[in-house]
Amino acid sequence: MPLVVPFAEDVFTWPSDKPQLIGCKCSECSAVFFPEQSACGRCGSTAVERELLPTTGTVYSWTSQEFLPPPPYAGGETRDTYQPMGIGLIDLEGVVMVEARLTECDPDRIHIGDRVEMVIVPFRSDDDKDVVTFAFKPV
Amino acid sequence: MREVVVLGVGIHPFGRFGDKSAIEMGAEAVRMALGDAGVTWNDVQFAFGGSFEVDNPDAVLGRLGRTGIPFMDVYNGCATAATALELTADGIRSGKYDIGVAVGMDKHGHGAFTSDPVHYGAPSWYGDAGMFLTTKFFGMKINRYMHDFGISHETLARVASKNYENGSLNPNALRRTPMSVEQIMESRMLNYPLRQYMFCSPDEGAAAVVLCSAEKARQLTSNPIFLRATALRTRKAGAYEVHSSSTFPEHEPAPTVFASQAAYEQAGIGPEDVDIVQLQDTDSGAEIIHMAENGFCNDGEQEQMLADGDTRITGRLPINTDGGLIANGEPIGASGLRQIHELVQQLRGNAGERQVPGNPKVGYSQLYGAPGTAGVSIVSL
Ligand SMILES: [Zn+2]
Repeated sequence: MPLVVPFAEDVFTWPSDKPQLIGCKCSECSAVFFPEQSACGRCGSTAVERELLPTTGTVYSWTSQEFLPPPPYAGGETRDTYQPMGIGLIDLEGVVMVEARLTECDPDRIHIGDRVEMVIVPFRSDDDKDVVTFAFKPV
Repeated sequence: MREVVVLGVGIHPFGRFGDKSAIEMGAEAVRMALGDAGVTWNDVQFAFGGSFEVDNPDAVLGRLGRTGIPFMDVYNGCATAATALELTADGIRSGKYDIGVAVGMDKHGHGAFTSDPVHYGAPSWYGDAGMFLTTKFFGMKINRYMHDFGISHETLARVASKNYENGSLNPNALRRTPMSVEQIMESRMLNYPLRQYMFCSPDEGAAAVVLCSAEKARQLTSNPIFLRATALRTRKAGAYEVHSSSTFPEHEPAPTVFASQAAYEQAGIGPEDVDIVQLQDTDSGAEIIHMAENGFCNDGEQEQMLADGDTRITGRLPINTDGGLIANGEPIGASGLRQIHELVQQLRGNAGERQVPGNPKVGYSQLYGAPGTAGVSIVSL
């Protein structure tokens, strides 16, 4: 079996049976951010701690990405092979909202207010390994 | 603080101009603004030049005359032109100078803007994932807005159709062919619910203004147009903005809301006093949202206003009378000065076929874009 690797380090816990997004929480003002960053974007405190984020949430809004994103997009498709993807802003149980890929991009199959859960999906196939990314899927 | 007058305006058409450099276009726009103001380059004491693509806008000096004046280059995202305008105005308000020039110029390639996300403070993987695109942000923002406030797909098309119609009356516009609501509704979906003909394109062009203290202007013109307010704001924590990998569950208002409030306060007027408006229509959804963010209607009223033609040149609140970004495209450095150019033509009654009837007296312009920066300017007779 080929090696399965995440498309970037420290975005979600991996390897894991139940991967979670890796965010951070400010110890001073409790603001939560994704991904992890060195200081708080609200109060500037450097006292921020790693926080694993909920894996379920609600679609706050969404759109479709119908054209192949220009570089630096690294999905590996060409104009001919690219399939539109959905992108959503997901409210993770009131903790934080994150932008994420969706498994759906058809307005008949994804709606504002839909409940979704995080899944790991194929991103690109390299010679000796399968590269994966995170996405949200309607439940 | 001293009052500031817009003494002259100039524009190089927006479009595509082969090998012609942005610097050449910038110099032409300045020459036109000087002629309009009735002054010479030797009268100009300082200048700000804005651009995204041009590292060194001060190279226009080589086409205008190297008089040795301070010339400051600025880049501030989609609010670059509003920034050049505000800084030039501040140089006069403070009493340091009497006459200054703000010029913006750009020459972009085709397609959505692209950069390294790390230089925007976004994670490096954000671009790898295909998220570093302003267009998908605009799609998500208007999709939620339509859901919350009952805006229809047809209203999105009406905005674009109006702006193409206004562009057809503007000899300086990139797109001068009117387009029906049906044609726009049939164009290719790019980022649901936004279609191809609902978006502006990056293009080429330049615009310039000559600003002057009100005192000095009395010697130079009998019909001054006053720059009543300039305001810039950045996104607050928790606002949902371009290039946000995360935001708070309760959103802060967008930076436009705060820039708008500050500008009204500076000018001592309210939205009800404004006769003609230029808004950032990166896409037709942005124009709809910005109508409310700038205080011109309540959320949701846009549906009826567009159906009634309220924002057309002949309507009660004309918006983007020169075709806005949708018809003119967006050379970033010049875009906001194009808005001022149009407002000045309208207030002078010189807008020709595009002239808003009823002698408009107060004009309002707004810029918004990456990285979550807004600029508002107000001019009046
Ligand atoms: Zn904090």
